[in-house]
Amino acid sequence: MPLATSDTIAILADNLRLRKSVLPIPAANAIRWTEGLHLRRGGDTVLYTGQMYQLIPYIEQLVAAEERLGDSFLAGFTGFGRQVNRVLNLAGFMAHPSSAERSVYDRIPHNVALLLRRAGVDFGSLFEDDLYSGALIYDLGVDEVLAAHARTVYEVFQKYEVKEVITIDPHTTNMLRSVYPTFIPGYELKVRSYLEVLAERGFGPTRRLAGEVAIHDSCVFARYEGVVDAPRQLLDQAGLTVREPAHSGIMTWCCGGPAESLFPRRAAEQAARRVGELRAVAGRAVTMCPLCFVNLEKAAEDVIAIEDISDYLLRACEGPEGESDGQL
Amino acid sequence: MTATLQPDLAERVGMDPAFNPSACMNCGICTAICPLGLRHLPREVFAYVVLGMEEEVLQHQEEVFSCLLCKLCEVSCPAGVHITENVRALRHYFDRNVFRLQGR
Repeated sequence: MPLATSDTIAILADNLRLRKSVLPIPAANAIRWTEGLHLRRGGDTVLYTGQMYQLIPYIEQLVAAEERLGDSFLAGFTGFGRQVNRVLNLAGFMAHPSSAERSVYDRIPHNVALLLRRAGVDFGSLFEDDLYSGALIYDLGVDEVLAAHARTVYEVFQKYEVKEVITIDPHTTNMLRSVYPTFIPGYELKVRSYLEVLAERGFGPTRRLAGEVAIHDSCVFARYEGVVDAPRQLLDQAGLTVREPAHSGIMTWCCGGPAESLFPRRAAEQAARRVGELRAVAGRAVTMCPLCFVNLEKAAEDVIAIEDISDYLLRACEGPEGESDGQL
Repeated sequence: MTATLQPDLAERVGMDPAFNPSACMNCGICTAICPLGLRHLPREVFAYVVLGMEEEVLQHQEEVFSCLLCKLCEVSCPAGVHITENVRALRHYFDRNVFRLQGR
C-alpha cells in the first residue's frame, strides 16, 4: 500500500485538534499510574507525564496493525478514513492493549512519583487534565494546530495555579520548557525533568547495585535540553558502572523512534544499529525516554536487556542497606 | 535539466528569522554523520530552497519527513546552520502548500 504521508499527518493533527492527543486513549488508563499514590490534585508543583509512557502500548498495537496495512501504521486510514476519524476515534477501535501490556508503561511514572517522594519533593498531579504535549505535531511542522494546543495546555496549568512542572520524558520536557515559550507570549512556568530534580536533591539509595550498564542518551535530553550529567550522576549513586557506547552524551545516536509514525521500517533499522553499539560495551542498557525504550527493546531481542532508568534507581532504594547480591 | 526558479522560495519556506539554509557551506559533515544515511537532506535540499528550485524540493518529500530531527548534524555543523528548525520549516511548507492541511 503506498504511503500517504499527507493523510497520516492530517489524522494525527485532527486528533490533537479535536481530541487533545495524537492518539486518544481512555482517561481511566491515562491515570492508572496514580493508583495507590494518593496524590493531591494540582498545587504549586505537579508531576506531569504528558501521557507519553501511557501511549506506548497503544502505539505498539497500531504499529503491529501497520505491518498488515503498509509502511505507515495509519496508512489504512487514508482518504475516506480521515473523514470518518473526524467524527469517530478510529484508533480507539484498533488499539486495545491488555492490562499487562499497559502496566509495563504505567510503572514508569509510578516509579518516578515514588523516587520524588523519597527525595522529599512535594508535588501533585493533574490526573485527567495531564494532557499530551503535542510533540509529534510540532515535529511534523503543523504549527498552527500545535499553537492552539499549547495554549490549551497552558490554560490548564493556569487553572490549577501551577508554578513548577516536573516532567518525566525528554519530549514533554522540551515542549514545555523550550517550545511552548516560543508560541505563548508571557509564558511563565518552571520546568525540570525528574532526573534534574533528583540529581539536585539526592534520592536516598539504600544499596549499591553492582554491575555495568550501557547508557543510551536521549537525543532530545542531550542535544535539545542539555540533560547529560544528571542520569550519569544518579546511576553512579545507585552503584552502577556506566559504560559509554561509541556515540554518547551530546553525540548520542538516535534510537530511530521519531521515524516510527511515518517510516517504521527505517525506525527499526536504526534501532538495530544502536542496539549493536550498546551491546558492544555492556549486556544491559538504560534508557530515559519511552520512545527509546520501546524501539530499542524491540530490536534488542535476546542480545541485551533494556530498562528504564527509573527501574534501576528505584531498585537501589529497595531491600536491605549495603551491596546488592549481584542482581541488577 | 531545466528548472523553474522561484527567487522568493526561501522567503516562503522560512517561518522565522532563524531559517538559514544559505549559511550552509556544503562541507558534507551532516551527510557523513547522519544516522539514517540521508543523502540529499540537508545540504542538497537546502541548496534547492536557496536557489528557488521548488520542484526539486518537492521531489525529496520522503527525506524531509524521514529526518529524525535528532540534531546530531546540527551540533556538528561548523557553519551554524539551524538544520532541525530548517527541516521543520520545510515540513510546514509541505503541510500548507502541498498537503493543503490548513482548513481541510
